[in-house]
Amino acid sequence: MKPPAFHYHDPQTVSDVVALLSKCENAKLLAGGQSLMPMLNMRYVLPDDVIDLNKVAELAFLREAGSVLEIGAMTRQRELEYSKGVAALCPLMREAILHVGHRQTRNRGTLAGSLCHLDPSAELVSVATAMGAVVHVSGPKGNREIKFSDFPADYMMPAIEFDELVTRVDFPCWSVGHGYAFVEFARRHGDFAIASVAVLLEKDQSGKFSRVALALGGVAAVPVLIREVEEILIGQTAGEELFRAAGEACRKIEAVEDTNAPAVYRQHLASVLTQRALALADSRMARVEVGA
Amino acid sequence: MKTFGNSVGRLEDPNLLTGQACFADDILLEDELQAAFVRSPHGHAAIKKIDCTEALALDGVHAIFTATDFAPHLNVDRLVVGLPSPSYKQDLNRPILAQSETVHVGEAIVLIVAKNRYIAEDAAALVDIDFAPLTAVGDCRASLAPGSSLVHTDTPHNLLAEFDVDYGDVSSAFGDAPHVFTETIWQHRGGAHSIECRGTLARYDSFEDLLTVWSSTQTPHTARQLLCEILGREENQIRVITPDVGGGFGPKLIFYPEDAAVALAAMMLKRPVKWIEDRREHFIASTQERDQYWEVEIAVNADASIRGIRGTLIHEHGAYTARGVNLPYESAQTVTLPYEVPAYSLNVKLALTNKVPVTPVRGAGQPQGTFVMERLLDRVAGELNLDRAEVRRRNLIAAEKMPYTKPLKSRGGMQVVLDSGDYPECQKMVLEASNWEEFAARKARALSEGKYIGLGLANFVKGTGRGPFEPVTVRVSGSGKIFVNTGAAAMGQSTKTMLAQIVSDQLGGTLENVIVSAGDTGTISMGLGGFNSRQAVMAGSSAHLAGLKLREKILSVGAQLLDTNIDQLEFELDTISIKGATQKKVKLGDIARMLGGTPGFALPEGISPGMEVTESFVCNEMAYANGAAVAEVEVDVETGGVTVKKIIIAHDCGRVINPMLVDGQIVGGVVHGLGNALFEWMGFDENCQPLTTTFADYLLVSATEVPPIEVLHMESPSPLNPLGVKGVGECGVLPIAPAIMSAIEDAMSPFGAHIARAPIHPSEIVEMAQAGRRP
Amino acid sequence: MSETRTITLKVDGRSYEAKVETRFTLADFLRQQLGLTGTHLGCEHGVCGACTILINGRSARSCLMLAVQADGHEITTISGIAKVSDELHPLQQAFSNHHALQCGYCTPGILTTLVELLSDNPDPSDDEIKNAISGNLCRCTGYQPIITATKEAAQQMRETQGGAS
Repeated sequence: MKPPAFHYHDPQTVSDVVALLSKCENAKLLAGGQSLMPMLNMRYVLPDDVIDLNKVAELAFLREAGSVLEIGAMTRQRELEYSKGVAALCPLMREAILHVGHRQTRNRGTLAGSLCHLDPSAELVSVATAMGAVVHVSGPKGNREIKFSDFPADYMMPAIEFDELVTRVDFPCWSVGHGYAFVEFARRHGDFAIASVAVLLEKDQSGKFSRVALALGGVAAVPVLIREVEEILIGQTAGEELFRAAGEACRKIEAVEDTNAPAVYRQHLASVLTQRALALADSRMARVEVGA
Repeated sequence: MKTFGNSVGRLEDPNLLTGQACFADDILLEDELQAAFVRSPHGHAAIKKIDCTEALALDGVHAIFTATDFAPHLNVDRLVVGLPSPSYKQDLNRPILAQSETVHVGEAIVLIVAKNRYIAEDAAALVDIDFAPLTAVGDCRASLAPGSSLVHTDTPHNLLAEFDVDYGDVSSAFGDAPHVFTETIWQHRGGAHSIECRGTLARYDSFEDLLTVWSSTQTPHTARQLLCEILGREENQIRVITPDVGGGFGPKLIFYPEDAAVALAAMMLKRPVKWIEDRREHFIASTQERDQYWEVEIAVNADASIRGIRGTLIHEHGAYTARGVNLPYESAQTVTLPYEVPAYSLNVKLALTNKVPVTPVRGAGQPQGTFVMERLLDRVAGELNLDRAEVRRRNLIAAEKMPYTKPLKSRGGMQVVLDSGDYPECQKMVLEASNWEEFAARKARALSEGKYIGLGLANFVKGTGRGPFEPVTVRVSGSGKIFVNTGAAAMGQSTKTMLAQIVSDQLGGTLENVIVSAGDTGTISMGLGGFNSRQAVMAGSSAHLAGLKLREKILSVGAQLLDTNIDQLEFELDTISIKGATQKKVKLGDIARMLGGTPGFALPEGISPGMEVTESFVCNEMAYANGAAVAEVEVDVETGGVTVKKIIIAHDCGRVINPMLVDGQIVGGVVHGLGNALFEWMGFDENCQPLTTTFADYLLVSATEVPPIEVLHMESPSPLNPLGVKGVGECGVLPIAPAIMSAIEDAMSPFGAHIARAPIHPSEIVEMAQAGRRP
Repeated sequence: MSETRTITLKVDGRSYEAKVETRFTLADFLRQQLGLTGTHLGCEHGVCGACTILINGRSARSCLMLAVQADGHEITTISGIAKVSDELHPLQQAFSNHHALQCGYCTPGILTTLVELLSDNPDPSDDEIKNAISGNLCRCTGYQPIITATKEAAQQMRETQGGAS
């Protein structure tokens, strides 16, 4: 299992990358390599050009701009795992990232690499979905922003042009003390989730849910924000019955059937994990409120 | 006995720990070429045309071979390797390269030899093969149904072999039985997945007219013999050497088409050719285990004592015979072993399918037989409302009855005699260690908290020490070093340390003075290899006898040289001295050189020449190891997730040469068994396309899935060999899948769940929970 | 086409300058070009961990890196983890003491991973160790003795460091 022949490029700036992308018709961007290299080794992809992003220093950064986490495309997953800023502002991401592969893969794997690969069970993709991340993209025509809900064009295909690259992803963080939970079911530790739930909650003064976001991963061909859950929860107080209704709403999602799991089982997991995630996220909120 | 019974450190470790070991791919010959195979992408197809023109034109490609290219140079064009059996209905032997028909995905069709593997793979992609796809048959039951498509076009049907294992009066056992229970059981085991895949490097030296083959194999002498037949060469013209082997687990005992192809290519090109299997190839071209379908029934008396067992087994054989009928034969044999079963009858059919051949993986059919028996006993317990341990207690063969003759014959026709062991005691040990009696209360408490926990039990008896022999040569050199040579191939189970312990115990007690060559046809002329948990029994016994003989000789010579009696001598390190007067001594090397002879001078009185002994301890009967295991699980009935909380295993492999090494084998086997229970499934679609061809799809147990494993010991020496040892390499596997299934079923008893399969998928557990909830 | 680049890098403390094909993986470069065959290939798709090395002290799967990506960096393989040549790293010694290797094929990848773990976390719990090696597959040992050996090595290393907190 050896890679096929290709032209290798190691540009040092974003504009160099864009220039290369415009020139090469059949190119792949090499970020952390944890998804692309296996595909190259197995010859599932046969690019004429491989553009290595690891020397583009301007793509690796992690900064807080108010309540928004601005993360460079090439920021390593490991950095996200150990960042105090992420832990404080975006505990959902922190909890999710502990499920991403293994320490060796997180050392090399990048944020945008995972997002652009768009595996439906990828934990970071679920987090981006739940949080309504904003993807910054650069191309020959300049820069543009893509809301994460518009980012997946199809199964494992992001809505970016062949001559564009992701440079940065912004995560608008929720208010201090928000409820969060990332819950997944995988066969073994570190495996891609068969199903996962990423949930964020906020409550108003009267203890009723005022803001809710729930993303299902691994169940459908792309991760999905379940609007119905928001409708069910908003204006209500937490409770088992409420969460069960939310779970049943998630069970209705159209699910993938493959070697790893039957569709009906994924739908079942969606329901079970939704209830558990909501209860967990809610319990985290309650603790903060009691302490406040 | 100095080191016997002690956990001495391993001779293998220093190189392995420091990156200085030498596995097949670590041998870097300056002029070596690297190979890749073009393999069939179809489950079944006719091969119409092979066009290598574009591939040959690629820069860096040295040669491309098809069956047509090889034919003039081959003495035989098929690998005829099946172990003898009267049960074969047809012989289907693997070609070296498929020619007109291909019968499984992964079958080798074209060999490409290039400057490196990268280029070889580039060339492979340029080979153009014209296939006419044919119907592929995947389900081994459907394959036997009348009117099924044929796995091989020029055959009458898909039944490879059929045999019956039976004894006693089965019809009256069942005719008058107060209770008869039927089970339909599916079992699937997967591939070996040693972390090192296969690999073969062949080099032909025309000056010496010697073909040297380094192969990651468990059976070097068999490989040598087959290569001699295939290439039409003599034994002294081919040498097969096993380098360090990164795990074998069964499939590396097989001789493969690739081995022959690489060897022939090296001879034709007069350049060394190396082929290293990659993981995808291991999934589709290395042998593996797959499906067995059992329909069995058990007849018992009111007190749960067994009257008889009968049924049928359909075993998936794959597309060719790469080993024989041994796997399902062992399954059939193993079912009743630990228990008193007065009557038994199993009809076994081996069915062809369009998939890579099936041959043993660690356990070799015995895990499956164990699983069936243990599920049947759980069923009896459930139906008769008896404790599962009690049902077993009532049927286990008592210690006083050893040796116990089973009315069964081994594949070579030997009577099955359980040589020693205390089966009820092993069960008792695990029951006590797991607090079996108190569990019901724990379970009830857990249930009240909404948790589902369960405890499961299984016993096993395993035939080990497959005979008839394994030669070992022990030789002392002129420098006093002790050389131990054997064909007993090592693949991680510490063969070298084990043999060094046995020999050094007789010859001076220093492991470091012993140099072991295991698995090199150049250092010993005969050998069978490593499989069936046989090294300690067969090679160990030979080494022991050889060491004893040499010791006697050394002490005789020493006594003469030092002018004393043998009982006055001490033999320590490489020195023989007089007790209490150690200045009077003679060195081992001196004796060796003396016995090498001085022209014109006689040897010491009554002493034969040389310091070399070859022993081939012969034993045709198997030594039966045994044990018991308890597994505790917690089941998340909403997700179907199973967490194994603890495994306790008691085992008896007779005398223990090195406790640390034995525990290592047991724990490794236990974790493999866990994988078979919960994770490992080699999937194919209806066209026999493999579905699970990466480690992302095929799940091996990783560190986070392993529970605490407690190992308890018993030693019932085997009377069958001078060391009193029994094999241990595969034992850990046997009781684990049944114990875990028993535990899951116990955890899910509130749902009336019943499990008659392995592996089990979380979705199936959810289904059982949902089915159990319905009124 | 056989596109090459010249790279300079340090491997196990030694500097190298080498011409390498751009599609060659780091694993193949280390093994075939530098002759450092202690790093093994088990799957070439990034799951088994046998090929794990340290790049600038961080564990990574060398089958998922191109050799050219190591240009200008420091690689540590199994051959470089012992601080003093001819002496074993405490992990290597502990592995031998506790039979934490059998065939030894996965061992280099596990040892480099654990070197990183102990450098980040000198006193790991059983679960932390299991977690750290969850990306390294072993078919022989069942992992249990690896956990035991790691704890012994960790303790030894803490003691050697003078016990200062």
